Amino acid sequence: MYAFDLVRPATLADAVAAMAHDEAQALGGGQTLIPSLKARLASPATLVSLTGIAEMVGVCRGDDGAVCIGGATTHAQVARDVAAHYPALAKLALGIGDPAVRNRGTIGGSVANNDPAACYPSAVLASGATIVTNTRHIAADDYFQGMFTTALEPGEIITEVRFPVPMQAAYIKFEQPASRFALTGVFVARYADGVRVAVTGAAEQGVFRWSDAEAALSAQFAASAIAGMAPDADGMITDLHGTAAYRAHLVGVLTRRAVEAA
Amino acid sequence: MPKDHGIGASIKRREDVRFLTGTGNYTDDINIRGQAHVYFLRSDVAHGRLNKVDTTAASAMPGVIRIFTGADFAGVGGLPCGWQVTDRFGVAMKEPGHPVLAQGKVRHVGDPIAAIVAETLEQARDAAEAIGLDIEELPAVVDMKAAIKDGSALVHDEIGSNLCYDWGFVEDNKAAVDAAIKGAAHVTTLELVNNRLIANPMEPRVAVGDYHRATDESTLYTTSQNPHVIRLLMGAFVLGIPEHKLRVVSPDVGGGFGTKIFHYAEEAFCTFAARKLNRPVKWTSSRSEAFMSDAHGRDHVTKIELALDADHNFVAIRTETYANMGAYLSTFAPSVPTWLHGTLMAGNYKTPHIYVNVKAVFTNTVPVDAYRGAGRPEATYQLERVIDKAARELGVDPIALRRQNFVREFPYQTPVAVVYDTGNYDATMDKLIEMADMAGFPARRAASEAKGRLRGLGVNCYIEACGIAPSNLVGQLGARAGLYESATVRVNATGGIVVMTGSHSHGQGHETAFPQVIAEMLGVDESLVEIVHGDTARGPMGMGTYGSRSLAVGGSAMVRAAEKVLNKAKKIAAHLMEASDQDIEIKDGRFHVAGTDKSVAWGDITLAAYVPHNYPLEDLEPGLEETAFYDPSNFTYPAGAYACEVELDPDTGRVTIERFAAADDFGNIINPMIVSGQVHGGIAQGIGQALLEGAVYDDNGQLLTGSYMDYAMPRATDVPFYSVDHSCVTPCTHNPLGVKGCGEAGAIGSPPAVINAVLDAMNSGGIKIDHIDMPVSPARVWAAIQTAKA
Ligand SMILES: Cc1cc2nc3c(=O)[nH]c(=O)nc-3n(C[C@H](O)[C@H](O)[C@H](O)COP(=O)(O)OP(=O)(O)OC[C@H]3O[C@@H](n4cnc5c(N)ncnc54)[C@H](O)[C@@H]3O)c2cc1C
Repeated sequence: MYAFDLVRPATLADAVAAMAHDEAQALGGGQTLIPSLKARLASPATLVSLTGIAEMVGVCRGDDGAVCIGGATTHAQVARDVAAHYPALAKLALGIGDPAVRNRGTIGGSVANNDPAACYPSAVLASGATIVTNTRHIAADDYFQGMFTTALEPGEIITEVRFPVPMQAAYIKFEQPASRFALTGVFVARYADGVRVAVTGAAEQGVFRWSDAEAALSAQFAASAIAGMAPDADGMITDLHGTAAYRAHLVGVLTRRAVEAA
Repeated sequence: MPKDHGIGASIKRREDVRFLTGTGNYTDDINIRGQAHVYFLRSDVAHGRLNKVDTTAASAMPGVIRIFTGADFAGVGGLPCGWQVTDRFGVAMKEPGHPVLAQGKVRHVGDPIAAIVAETLEQARDAAEAIGLDIEELPAVVDMKAAIKDGSALVHDEIGSNLCYDWGFVEDNKAAVDAAIKGAAHVTTLELVNNRLIANPMEPRVAVGDYHRATDESTLYTTSQNPHVIRLLMGAFVLGIPEHKLRVVSPDVGGGFGTKIFHYAEEAFCTFAARKLNRPVKWTSSRSEAFMSDAHGRDHVTKIELALDADHNFVAIRTETYANMGAYLSTFAPSVPTWLHGTLMAGNYKTPHIYVNVKAVFTNTVPVDAYRGAGRPEATYQLERVIDKAARELGVDPIALRRQNFVREFPYQTPVAVVYDTGNYDATMDKLIEMADMAGFPARRAASEAKGRLRGLGVNCYIEACGIAPSNLVGQLGARAGLYESATVRVNATGGIVVMTGSHSHGQGHETAFPQVIAEMLGVDESLVEIVHGDTARGPMGMGTYGSRSLAVGGSAMVRAAEKVLNKAKKIAAHLMEASDQDIEIKDGRFHVAGTDKSVAWGDITLAAYVPHNYPLEDLEPGLEETAFYDPSNFTYPAGAYACEVELDPDTGRVTIERFAAADDFGNIINPMIVSGQVHGGIAQGIGQALLEGAVYDDNGQLLTGSYMDYAMPRATDVPFYSVDHSCVTPCTHNPLGVKGCGEAGAIGSPPAVINAVLDAMNSGGIKIDHIDMPVSPARVWAAIQTAKA
């Protein structure tokens, strides 16, 4: 690890000010960032810790009924506090990593990082959630821009993520055997105006919506409606743990299982 | 009532108190005043000519004490190999040098190029980034079969080939084996891969070198399974330090699994640098470094043929194996695919003709050496897989086919040199059938099928050669070391007993089990007995722990020493009670004169030994301390039968282990709970190999599985509740405790059971397939299903 300064602001305003420093970087739970610092893959001059900012921690219901999760809320807290409001989302949080990771890692960190195998991006996209930052609101459909790439500007902080609550939903994660991230994960959410299906872990572009399945499921919300269907293997990831064809096949299987579980 | 004391009692492990409360003393806990830290700059290319290592700028960086490169080791020995294999043609294996720091070439990703010693580790790492490297990359040698074709790049130019040896065993049997196979009614052929594994002990390797200029004494603290062996190898062959000036200490060690047997460059470096700099020097491996510098295990590519007569009797076995040595010969690497593998090819069966051929190959990968089971898992896997395949081809019950061919008369001379002293393979198979509830399997299969899953049952036997080993025999086989074990039993004046064993405990529980033996023999409570190990300054020269040898060999040495103590104690007791030592017997913790009410306490005897006021000084020396060295007359042969039941999801390819049963014959048992724990751990590793683990290199020699993101270790949720039993006992005939060893059985016996079960599941679902390689990841299973369907 290279030397850096650590600042621990107590308010969002102080955090925003601190982020204006040259080579400043936000620090959430550090579950992704700290290992990369230890491996000397990054060398920020200042880390701005967000987890001590009370206004960024916690869960509430918005006026529109949306579940609003502070950007510095840990996965463990989401698993606990969201269970009554949006069980599929709470269950997703409970399936991330191990207890140590869940008690440190934050939703803001996960969504900012946009790892192509991470769990949260599928929930954000399938729920049509809104990413709230210190400067603006970003719709999920505009936010994810390819693996490890998002609409965030340098220095921009995710303060909250707002999830409209679906009528039915489920997340099915098929674990990569080593990392236990999603080898492929599918989040299905059914709303009054239609069904959204978001897939993580599978595609080179990162999380994506499987529109053919969305159309079929919007017409009939049943696994049989997408029997035998799978997305095109083109653009899917091939690595040690599975080929593109395998991942495409899994998307079909997991989507059907998610519909059954919803 | 189960015993609560002595041999056979399931006493809780006393060492666990310190391990579980964070009060153990591991090598990384050792920090010596004034210590400097070393960081190793390692090659990030698999193969290259090292044209220049420029340390000028780096040497001037803050905190840097000195930077060492290969040139600093010009006059120093390389890391020695402890076993010389002779090939089919009577020629010694090729034995290239293994410098402490790379000289001239780098030969694998992770090969150390420079060692930066600095005041802090971070300063050393900063300086490492300032070292200028000029490496001319060469084509990487990765695939073993390609490596020994003409025109392949050479890992070691000076030996002219990548073939280390071409071994035939027993070479004189070859013609008979070929003829038997030619004339057989049925021949089953199987090609398979025994996947490369990385041991991943919880504690990474650590070395701290210390030096006292005033006495010219060096001390190395290191995470080793055999500190005495390290002292001998490093002192005599690498650094030229005589043993009386060199102490090696291995305190608490957090798991070894074989990979901490070997003498490593980092240990030699820290000892060397401490002398040069007159300062303690410490190295702690990061997990990433461990992946590319700890010796790996397995990595065999094998073709096996099993020939049967018309009545399904095994008539011959012929195998051809390519065994990866990696870039250099690690300490015991040459012995693993040969003497620890070929000698086990008879398994539990009476096959009259066996021939084993092994080609050991150098590649630009991390050196490969012993890993839990070492050679024996590779033998068991191929044999038990080919038997299952034969049963499927012949349409016979795989258990019946095994039973038909069991060895039933002992001692049994195998056609592959070793002689099994005792065993009862029917007993463990009968036990297994009961434990695994095979009668209930059809109902369980039906239940799985109702859920859209496939269910399979896999069975296999295993035998292993443990208690390594008779020194004169291994000497003939090429070992450059003896393999006896030692113990000193020191009784103190007030009755406490310290046993110094040459074996080493790094999770095995010696500190609990060894006192149980002493308690049984001397009639004292276990709490009076302390076990000391892991320090060359505190005990006699011993050979350490591997090959399930601690109790069978180390325990035997301890028994011999304790017998001497007991005989002397009886003489002292006889003197105190004015009786004959022939009449002394131990009862309820006291020494009695048989047939009388006269007795003395243990403490009376021990005090008399050290305060010899009333003592037969003319016949007996004072004191009560004895040492024994024990060299076994044969290996021991633990054996058993394992069953695995899996469920397979044909939609995703995911395999889950639903049930696992293990019936083992380990001979006599000292502590059943510890034995069960050893079997549990071994099975977890075997399941890891079968389902999850596998080190993978790409064509450029880059390790793709260089972290836990890609190297899959088994976790609690991957393994079932095991059913284990070790009540089938045929005591070893040639060691005083009648014990056989249990440390590796689980890892040896479980992979074929898992794979046999997976194949049973697939075939039951109409997926006609006769083999699948480990690890059976979901992706691999799914791909196999697609291929079978097409
Ligand atoms: C062993 C292990 C297992 C894991 N398993 C899973 C898994 O199964 N599924 C899964 O989805 N994830 C998994 N993760 C990742 C985990 O969820 C991380 O917590 C998450 O990816 C990053 O969150 P963090 O709060 O730790 O962010 P950090 O590591 O602190 O930061 C990550 C990145 O986000 C930026 N950042 C952090 N917070 C904000 C913010 N509020 N606004 C803007 N930028 C921000 C940082 O600058 C940095 O670039 C695992 C991690 C580990 C170590």
